[in-house]
Amino acid sequence: MKSIISKNGLILAGFALVISAIVALTHQGTKEKIAEQETKQLLRILDQVIAADSYDNELYKHCINTNSQQFLGSSHDQRAFVALKGNTPVAVAIETIAPNGYNGNINLIVGIKANGEVSGVRTLAHQETPGLGDKIEIVKDNWISSFNGQILKDHKDKRWQVKKDGGQFDQFTGATITPRAVVQAVKNTIIYFERNKEQLFNGTARCGAKQ
Amino acid sequence: MNQYAELTWQGLWKNNPGLVQLLGLCPLLAVTSTLTNALGMAIATIVVMVCSNATVSLIRQWIPKEIRIPIFVMIIAGFVTCVQLLINAYAYGLYLSLGIFLPLIVTNCIIIGRAEAYASKNDLLPSAYDGLIMGIGFGVILLLLGAVREILGQGTLFSGAEILLGDWAKSLTIHLIDFDQSFLFIMLPPGAFVALGFILAIKNSVNSRVEALIEPPVEIEKPQRVRINKVS
Repeated sequence: MKSIISKNGLILAGFALVISAIVALTHQGTKEKIAEQETKQLLRILDQVIAADSYDNELYKHCINTNSQQFLGSSHDQRAFVALKGNTPVAVAIETIAPNGYNGNINLIVGIKANGEVSGVRTLAHQETPGLGDKIEIVKDNWISSFNGQILKDHKDKRWQVKKDGGQFDQFTGATITPRAVVQAVKNTIIYFERNKEQLFNGTARCGAKQ
Repeated sequence: MNQYAELTWQGLWKNNPGLVQLLGLCPLLAVTSTLTNALGMAIATIVVMVCSNATVSLIRQWIPKEIRIPIFVMIIAGFVTCVQLLINAYAYGLYLSLGIFLPLIVTNCIIIGRAEAYASKNDLLPSAYDGLIMGIGFGVILLLLGAVREILGQGTLFSGAEILLGDWAKSLTIHLIDFDQSFLFIMLPPGAFVALGFILAIKNSVNSRVEALIEPPVEIEKPQRVRINKVS
């Protein structure tokens, strides 16, 4: 009895070893390619929120950790990428979370020029209703580009709301909560940017291409 | 060859994993909102099924009966992880859109079901073929459901095909119907259940006719050999 158990145990262990080895080999073989793909994806998104010809540093490497429960929607560190021309900061792309989406968190990245003008917003991840709330994706709808060129005058700027609440941003037919959450999150990100400009622009890059 | 014809018939119609065995409903319902996603999932499932069936068949004499299930699970999990890493590396767009459903292939009961029911008792080639044909049978249902849901839900076919197949595939996208508002119900999981229900109903209603069409030739051979008219 005991010998059967130990024999089976050994066989199981043997299989576990071999299979782990195969997985480890595949991991080794694809590691670089995956990192490259992730960097490419990051670059593609950064390109959409900050015009590529407006800066000359390696944007995805110049990354600073930010953390603000109140304005960025999460108590965890998020990344901010600082674009420099020469040595002057020209823009920053800040990752943020809209915590009050219809179906949980909406991850966004907000590009803001040094003068506070929004240069672009993109949705990174969300679980909004397909066909209704998912119009915040650029591939589904152009809505997210209505932020381009907008400026937040002060913290009580009435235009930074959806039209239903008296603001300037369209809501979607059948889905108001999603755009409302996004508008608010972008607004909060700008407030965060205004308050922490120094820290963002003068901080040294801490995180590399990978998290 | 007869064995292979029988396997084909079993996998594609008579014992179709999606329609008859109703295994792997989770990926079947979760990722079939568009044809492109369905295609990606189908390919991934077929690859994993062929690999796992072949491996299980190759090493079946060294696996003690008592611990065969954990070993099958390990083999399948290993292959799924490899496939996931490879998709992550070489089809990143697809990885982003299939996301969490790739690891779910591990829990797809078809794979362990075929490993247990077929591959652990048969030779390498028939087992690999069984994996292929069962995977295709499952994939066809994925594609059918994906096409139906995409047409009814968004009025398009192959939207987002460039994510899976590269930029040239953009021209594959067909706009069939223009909706002001997409048909939300079909896009959500309940719509998948309803659509699957209709496909099942159609399958069942034509089942006897199709079987009458296909099965006689298989049965004719037997009476010729044993010279009796046996109705099975």
